[in-house]
Amino acid sequence: MVQPVELPSKIEVGPVIDEGHSLASVSDKIAGIVLKRKITIGWIFGFLIAFGILQVLMGAATYLIVKGVGIWGINIPVGWGFAIVNFVWWIGIGHAGTLISAILLLLNQSWRNAINRFAEAMTIFAVMCAGMFPVLHTGRPWLAYWLFPYPNTMWLWPQFRSPLIWDVFAVSTYFTISAVFWYTGLVPDFATLRDSAKQRWKQVVYGFLSLGWRNSARHWQRYEKAALLLAGLSTPLVVSVHTVVSFDFAVAMLPGWHTTIFPPYFVAGAIYSGFAMVLTLMIPVRRFFGLEDIITMRHLNNMAKVTLATGLIVGYGYMFEAFFGYYSADVYEKFMIWNRMTGPYSPFYGCLIFCNVITPQFLWSKRIRCNPLILWCVSIVVNIGMWLERFVIVITSLHRDFLPSSWSMYWPTIWDWAVYLGTLGLFMTCIFLFVRVLPMITIFELRMLLPGARVKEPVAQ
Amino acid sequence: MSTHTIEAEDGLYGLMAEFESPGELVAAARRTREAGFRKFDAFSPYPIHELDDAMDLHDNRVSLFTLIGGLFGCAGGFGLASWVESVALPLNIGGRPPISAPMYIPITFECTILIGGLTAAISMFIMNGLPSPYHPVFNVERFADASRNKFFLCIESDDPKFDRHETASFLESLAPEEIAEVAR
Repeated sequence: MVQPVELPSKIEVGPVIDEGHSLASVSDKIAGIVLKRKITIGWIFGFLIAFGILQVLMGAATYLIVKGVGIWGINIPVGWGFAIVNFVWWIGIGHAGTLISAILLLLNQSWRNAINRFAEAMTIFAVMCAGMFPVLHTGRPWLAYWLFPYPNTMWLWPQFRSPLIWDVFAVSTYFTISAVFWYTGLVPDFATLRDSAKQRWKQVVYGFLSLGWRNSARHWQRYEKAALLLAGLSTPLVVSVHTVVSFDFAVAMLPGWHTTIFPPYFVAGAIYSGFAMVLTLMIPVRRFFGLEDIITMRHLNNMAKVTLATGLIVGYGYMFEAFFGYYSADVYEKFMIWNRMTGPYSPFYGCLIFCNVITPQFLWSKRIRCNPLILWCVSIVVNIGMWLERFVIVITSLHRDFLPSSWSMYWPTIWDWAVYLGTLGLFMTCIFLFVRVLPMITIFELRMLLPGARVKEPVAQ
Repeated sequence: MSTHTIEAEDGLYGLMAEFESPGELVAAARRTREAGFRKFDAFSPYPIHELDDAMDLHDNRVSLFTLIGGLFGCAGGFGLASWVESVALPLNIGGRPPISAPMYIPITFECTILIGGLTAAISMFIMNGLPSPYHPVFNVERFADASRNKFFLCIESDDPKFDRHETASFLESLAPEEIAEVAR
């Protein structure tokens, strides 16, 4: 999509794409993973585990629909519980995909070309997992369409002044636009798969999906325009989504939630957890599929830097949450932050600070940024840390609010854990299928990174 | 030179030349346009910005449609929220006005993005004439490499300047790898 740019030579961690690749070799390599590579034992093993965990979601959701949300640990005052913790966590993970595909495109960061397809796929699957939670949390998921404005016999309409309905619009727009952006990017690659496929049925399936794309210059011109517009629209969209999610909290009057720092703090946290998840997935994938020459150390290094930067913003957020509690001189705000740090959930807060503030400091070291194994471990810790952050925000503010008579404790039940684990199964199942049937790297954008792709017109014809 | 010969003149979609590098394709496209051809197209495995100038491609209608779609979504989102809260189901909550403009910004914004984004993608595909299940260029066997590593230029027989033999010799002068006749 972007002009192939001269890579700055001062970066020592290596090029965006290793030398020795040509237009034909990148096309064949990425298309070959889908078309030629045999299904390995490792893939079947991994897929079966993921698919097995997905069945946990099936079981847990079925039992939930039969019995109602009472099987969860939620109570009054903690009505939100795991459902909202996990919703916010999953939605946040999705944000890295859009950041990579849209914002880095606008910023002309050509290194993103090798990872944007995968990150966008992660976005879509994460938003799918996120969407499960509020729908199940309504208690009657079969009536979830009531959330949308439509003429009905009771002439009831959503309350457009409520952040919860903003959330419905934000998340559904986010999913739709992400899916459209993703599919638009896939069309030229489907054409490559169609043209490289040997079996008739694959030619037909990928030909159908490619919409008859024929790489025409007249098409490319409009295509690039549309891609740029979609990126331009997705950029404010991704910022708006977690902002709106944070409004669910910030518009409420509860101590610890009612702060203006929430939107930027949530968006930074989202990008932080999203990049950690991209690292968690990409490091094994590049190893198992032998893509070290395309997803190079430079990518890991850059992603680690983004993780570090957003991690520092998140740390700043924690610092100011504590400061606001003190500076507000409000007894409830003061108590909330004191209760968060020293109350019954203080171990969660301690782990959160360890995972999200201390662990990312390792990423200052280039040696660690360039060591995939340690980087992978850091990314896992960050994922856990961000989940703890959502837990601490949701639970500690709710469980002890203004009146001690209404205080209560919240502990998740086995069904809370089953639904959460089940969505991890759904996510991994989608990822396993994705790497087998779709090109996990945007082939046509990768071609633009090659030295041979630059236009050198013959001088005299 | 050609892989197969098409008998009838009206069965000929055009003539296609194959090039090895993007630079040759851009030069060839520029010369084709300078020679007065208008109904021709270039094919490359990735977008080449230099071709936009060489072929004089400056279609900005996708942007225009996206703007219109975005404004439509913007007005629709704000209008929907205002209509619901003031006409369809007015609820006085804490004395807030029926049109609580600041509270409707998120809905307005999301609808702008939703309709604008969908318009961008759909209008691009429609103006490109996609989905198109059949196209004559695919009749050239080597054309499959247009999505891999080869560059093609096709002059259509519908062009008023097209002449089977003269156009073929014009394409020869561009020093392509190969020239093929494209069946309709």
